[in-house]
This record gives sequence, C-alpha cells and structure tokens, in this order.
Amino acid sequence: MASNGIRDRVAIIGMGCTPFGERWDKGVDDLLTDATKEAIASAGVALDDIDAFWLGTMASGVSGITLSKPLKLDYKPVSRLENFCATGSEAFRNACYAVASGAYDLAMAIGVEKLKDSGFSGLVGIRPVGDGTDPGLSSPAAFSFLAPAYAHKYGVDEDEMKDVLTRIAWKNHRNGAVNPRAQFRKEVSLETIKSSPLVAGQLGVFDCSGVSDGSAAAIICRVEDAHRYCDTPLYVKALSFVAGPAAGPIDPGYDYTTFPEVVRSAADAYSQAGITDPRSELAMAEVHDCFTPTELVLMEDLGFAERGTAWKEALAGTFDRDGELPVNPDGGLKSFGHPIGASGLRMLFECWLQLRQEAPPERQIASVTSAGRTLGLTHNLGGAPGECVSFVSVVGSELS
Amino acid sequence: MASGIVAWGTYLPYWRLDRKAIGLALGSPAGRGTRTVASYDEDTTTLGVEAARRALGSAAAPTPETLLFSTPAPAYLDKTNAAAIHAALGLQQAVGAYDMVGSSRSGWAAIQSAAVMGAAHPALAVVADLRTGLAGGPEEREGADGAAAFVFAPDGAVVETLGHAASSQEFLDRWRTPGESDSHVWEERFGEDVYVPLAQAAFTDAVKAAGITPGDIDHLIVAGLHTRAVKAARAALGVKPDAHAPDMSQTVGNLGAAQSGVALADVLERATPGQVIAVLLLADGADAVILRTTDALPAAQARHGLSVAAQIAQGRSDLPYATFLTWRGQLHREPPRRPDPERPGAPVTRRSELWKYGFNASRCLACGFRHLPPTRVCLQCKAIDAMEPERLAEVEGTVATFTIDRLAFSLSPPVIGVVVDFDGGGRYRCEMTDADPDAVRIGTRVQMTFRRIYTAQGVHNYFWKAKPLEGSV
Repeated sequence: MASNGIRDRVAIIGMGCTPFGERWDKGVDDLLTDATKEAIASAGVALDDIDAFWLGTMASGVSGITLSKPLKLDYKPVSRLENFCATGSEAFRNACYAVASGAYDLAMAIGVEKLKDSGFSGLVGIRPVGDGTDPGLSSPAAFSFLAPAYAHKYGVDEDEMKDVLTRIAWKNHRNGAVNPRAQFRKEVSLETIKSSPLVAGQLGVFDCSGVSDGSAAAIICRVEDAHRYCDTPLYVKALSFVAGPAAGPIDPGYDYTTFPEVVRSAADAYSQAGITDPRSELAMAEVHDCFTPTELVLMEDLGFAERGTAWKEALAGTFDRDGELPVNPDGGLKSFGHPIGASGLRMLFECWLQLRQEAPPERQIASVTSAGRTLGLTHNLGGAPGECVSFVSVVGSELS
Repeated sequence: MASGIVAWGTYLPYWRLDRKAIGLALGSPAGRGTRTVASYDEDTTTLGVEAARRALGSAAAPTPETLLFSTPAPAYLDKTNAAAIHAALGLQQAVGAYDMVGSSRSGWAAIQSAAVMGAAHPALAVVADLRTGLAGGPEEREGADGAAAFVFAPDGAVVETLGHAASSQEFLDRWRTPGESDSHVWEERFGEDVYVPLAQAAFTDAVKAAGITPGDIDHLIVAGLHTRAVKAARAALGVKPDAHAPDMSQTVGNLGAAQSGVALADVLERATPGQVIAVLLLADGADAVILRTTDALPAAQARHGLSVAAQIAQGRSDLPYATFLTWRGQLHREPPRRPDPERPGAPVTRRSELWKYGFNASRCLACGFRHLPPTRVCLQCKAIDAMEPERLAEVEGTVATFTIDRLAFSLSPPVIGVVVDFDGGGRYRCEMTDADPDAVRIGTRVQMTFRRIYTAQGVHNYFWKAKPLEGSV
C-alpha cells in the first residue's frame, strides 16, 4: 500500500483563469468558454487537439454535458467531478493520471463555479434528504472553532489572536490589491479588518473568503511531449489527495488546532516530490485560506512553521509576498475569491505565473527571481475542521 | 402500599418576560412581575419531554407502560404528539402513547386516567401548555408556559386519593376555533357567576367523599384560567388561608392546563407525611380531588430533582419584548439571505429514531468507543457491526470548543455552536440553547435538552441541543 506518485511524468503546458468576482455579466457557459479560450491560446493548441476533459464544479452543473455543450465538443470524454472545495484540484489530479497512464496525449482540467446567481449570502450546499439532525452551522462557524481552540492550546490571548487573524487577512488583501484578476483589488487597513462586523465567533466579514464566480483551466501532456507545445512547462512533482474518516466531530482526541487530513496529504506530497524541508525548498505556496484561522493552522500542518508558532510567524511577516516563504501571493481565497470548483486550478495558475516569472514585476516574488527556488505548492481542502478532504500538489519549473 | 403518584417532574422554561417590558414597548401599563416563556425552540411536546425526563429521572421511578399527553396547544393535529415524547424518553415500543389534546380540562382527564391505570400498571401523564395571546392583552401578560408529569404505580404512592368529584356545565367563557392563534373570552363577571357554584359543588362533593372537613385541608390548590373566578372560589371554600398554595402569578404566570400539576408538584416538594391536599380546577365545570400524603413522600422528595421553587428562582428575565413577539410569530422579521431549512424526510427520520429522538450513541463492543451519531464501523478499531446502542441524553458533558454563528438560519440568532465531550467518552457537535453567548467558554459544563430545531413545510424538526448544566451558571 503506497502512494507512488507520478513525479515529472506530466506537465502543464497552458493555463487560463478568468477574473474572479461578482460576474453578473457572465454565465457558467461564458466562464467555461473564457477559461478554455485562454488556456488553449496559452498552450498553442486547438480545442479539438484535446483528447479528454475533467470538469470540476460543486453545484454549477451536473454531468460532462455542462462542459461539452457550451464548448460544442465533438464526442470527447468529459468527466464531471465534485469534492467539496477541493473540486478544482480533483479535476486536475484525475486529468494528470489519465495522461500519465498513456490513455490520452492531451487533457484539460477545468473548474468553474457560479455562486452569485443564487442571491444568498455565503455558500449554499446541496444536501440529500436528511433526518434534520445535522447541526446547521454555517461554514465560517465551522472554521471559527479553530480560533478559540488554538488560542487556548498555545496561550494566545483573545486580542492577540484577533491581531493574528487580522494580519493574515491584511496580507492576502494586500496581495490581491495588485492582481487584476482578483475579486477584491484594494488594500484594507488592519483597523477596518479588525472592526468589521462579526460573522461567526471571532471571525468578521474580512476573515472570510470572497463568494465569487470564476473559472480556471490547465492543459496537460506527458513530459516528453511538453516542449512541443511550450518552452517553459510546469512539471507535476506530486499530487496527494485524502478524505478523512470525519473523526474530529466525534473523537474527543481531536483538539481543533490541526487538519489531520492536511498533515497526511502534505507528508505524502513531500515524499512524492522528494521535499524534506518545505519552508526552505518551496518558492511559494497557495493554500486554502477559506477563513483566516484556516491559513494559520495550515502553516503548521504543511510544515511551514513549528506547532504553536505560526501565529508569531504570521505577525512577523514570514508569509508575506516579500517574506521568507510567500503564501497566497495572488491574494488567496480571501481576496482573489472562492468560486468552489475553480479555486484549486486558480492556485495552480499563480504557480504557473510566478514560477515561470510571468507575473507582473510589481508582484513577481523574489524567492523565484533572486533566491532561485523552483517549486510551488498548492493546497486545497473541503469540508470543515475534523472532517475534510485535502489536496496537496507540488509543481516545479525544472525537471529533477 | 397505596397506588398513586410515585414520582413527578416539572419544567419551567429558562426565559421570563418581565411585564414591565410589555408596558414600556406598548406605552400602556402591563402590571408587575414576570411570566415564563418557552424559547423559540420549544413547544408543548418538548416542554412535556423535559418534565417527563425529570419525573422518570428518579432511580425509583418505574418504567411506564402507558403514556398520556395532554395540551391545549398541540404541535400537531392528526399526528400523535405523545409518540414524539415516547421516542424522546426512549420508552419501549410496547408502551401505549396517547394524546388527550383540547381544552385545559383535558389535562385533568389525562392525570386522572393515568391514576386509574396506575392501579394496574405504571402509567405516565404529561401535561404541557404554552399560553399566548394578542400583544398587550391579558392572555399574553398573565399566561405562562410549562409542563408537569406524574408517574402513577400500583404501590409506593406518595399520596393516596381520599375522594374526588366533578361538575360540568355548558357555557361560553373561553373559546378558540381550530386554526385560530388566540382565545376569546366573554365578560369575566359572567364567568365568575357561573364558575363559583360549580366549584363549590365539586369541592363539597369531594370533601364529603373523602370524609373530611374543609378545615382538615393543609394545602389548597385552586387552578383555572379564569383568575377572578379562581379567587372568588378559593375564598368561598372555608379552607384556612394559610393552607392556600402560593400564588405564582407574579413569578410564573398562569400555566393553563399545566397549572394544577405544577402547583401540586410544588406542594409535594414541601409537604410532610399525613397532610391533606385539595386540588380544585375550574375549567368548563370543576374538578376536585382530595389527597393525603403518605410515609413514602420524604424518600421521594430526597430522590427528586429540580424543584418548582428552584426553577422559579433561576430563570432569566431580560427577554426583550420584541424577541418574545418574534418567537410567537407576532413580529415578522427580515429573514437572512439564506435558503429556507429543509423538512426532514420521513423515511430517514424513521431509520434514525433511536438517534434523533432517543439520543442513542453506538458503543463499540470490541473497544468501547462511543459514536455520535451511531455508526456501524468503529472509528477507533474499525470493527464492523459490533455496536450496541447507548442512550446519552442524560449524560453530562464539557464544551471542547465553541462558536457564535451569526450567519446560520435561526428564529433567534445568533446560533451558539458547541463541540461537547461527554463524560465517559463520546463527542458531538451541536447547538447550545438557553445560554448567554458571552458566557460560553471552553470547559463550560452542559446537559442535553430536547428541542424543536425548526419547522419546515409544516414538519417539526425535533432534536437535542446542549444547554448549560443546571446550577452551573
């Protein structure tokens, strides 16, 4: 029993990503078409060159027809996937395996979500008929459980904790402010973030990711074919995905200061990629900052900070865009926005830009240009603390 | 050993409405004192469950073979409300569960029927009421919410019945047609004129049947929704004034169908053996019963849980009037921009009855791990189908972490979400109710309470919530 990985066997040769946000002007079909158009142009291929498709969407459509119909695909295989907020990453992972297996030469993974048309605040999940006993807590509430538990365990007082969360939101807004595709392109002051209306627990409006519409896509081929399409492909080093036993809400041993699923998927991905010290080896990380305490805990679960220290590192700016390890340089879910099915691929899109030094100079990270690091990590989770799915990928601009 | 009441329990909700709050909001005096208020997540079924849990909580209480439930404000018509109480109490399938819903006099009938059945086998009577009325009216001001439950058994009674009597009369005093939310009342002096002779007739017959004189009575309870008639009848019975049971109108209010039961429970909690108790109810006629406490009373008192007096003393009286009106559906508030809750599905609910109503975990027979909700595969040792159900409704727990959810749907936001670790193992994440959001901490001690989570498309969604442990706040 092992996860063998497919290090350096497939490569990304083109990507597309629509601007995220309240896209009142675009429907699901438009968003899919926009992302596809940009991706195929980026790879220099025709739509008909692509052999198979993986579509990730949580609730903006069902079946492969959601993609084949707007793109008028001529009788190609299209799989539609859903895996909570990690849906986009799941589409990418499956497309990579299909190409690595040799079943197809060229595949596209695409994610989309249209959240704003519902007219509701926050996320609207789809649930099977139930017995009415599921606690009807909102997503921010489920993630806000982390804050008092973390503060309690590590002796951080309530005000300090609020400062830490505020600093994380401030950093991601600052990163998004210079990203033309981000939903929120404005710096927000610490004071504004801190005093924003409370949504759940200690979390204010600015501690929550943006409810958003958007789409992102990646085109994948085998490594040996990559240079036929692209001079600077991104090589897939690791893909790890786990679904946990949902132990947290029923196991008194779980203390709400970690995501065990993330710890497992990170260890698996590092092993596949041959990474031993992620903090010094990675050039950047795009992580699932759905809410500010999530990013805090992820810094420890992904091995970027020792247990109980991420709050200090966050305050010290370790994970700022110009810090030691830039985390969410594109603004993250927080300010780039979180159209569920698209987010995992949006994270890859930032690796695509940064590792290949195609990000605009004002936001190109120095860990790539000066420090010469070549690896990027994406982390995408879905569910809630104690019961989630977690995805970690490592991609790099050079073959090992 | 006599047959009769062997255990009892009462439930007065956590919330009180200060009548001054009504006066302030409406600009017209609404009197002094407080009334009890069922929370937004309570109805007569859940009030009844809580009273019955207390009655059955005493280790000596026998398991009832019949359950009778009465209320003038049933959560359902056409569907037996007692079935939900039966399930929430975890009673066996073979226990008959029956509603006797309608006028407040039905509550008396439920208790008397359980008393008759109790001579043959243990029987449980549960009476609950939830009194409401139009804003600013006497019904709203003077009514109250609560429940009482009595377990009757063939022997070991704490009171024996010396005599009882009834009188009936068709007349128009208080009425409500099906579908109406509020009662109508005729001019009160008319009702007083009719009620007092009816009360005297029933009382005189009962005293005669008991072979006592009014002067022998140590505790007199006169109950009824017609306050003026109750006062007049009480004064006309010839019972010594110091035997009159305490007036709860300034603290609890008038509990309607549950009033006589709660008052009797209060007397049972204070009485000594050999005392005579008279209970007289004015409700479309009158009912009277004369009881005498037995030597079994002190032991039952010692085993008994939360008393009426203790419940009156705790409560929380800062309920805003606007919140009260919202809970009672009298103030239409802007809903959150969230989807409406879904009604629970009947087949799913049927499959999960032991969990949803009985709050049964599954305990792994191989390693002992407790699972809430019950599962077939053990989280800890992965054994499959090696589980036994274990009821945790009466097990206390501790808050492991918590949140205040201002986004989730609720008739009374914010929702308090807690992760509860149960004593002896097991964890569950649920809502917390009857609590001050600012007072919740990691480490807060909690107990479980049966509530109506919401109502969707006419279906009441009942389940359990945590609340601060009685006496811990």
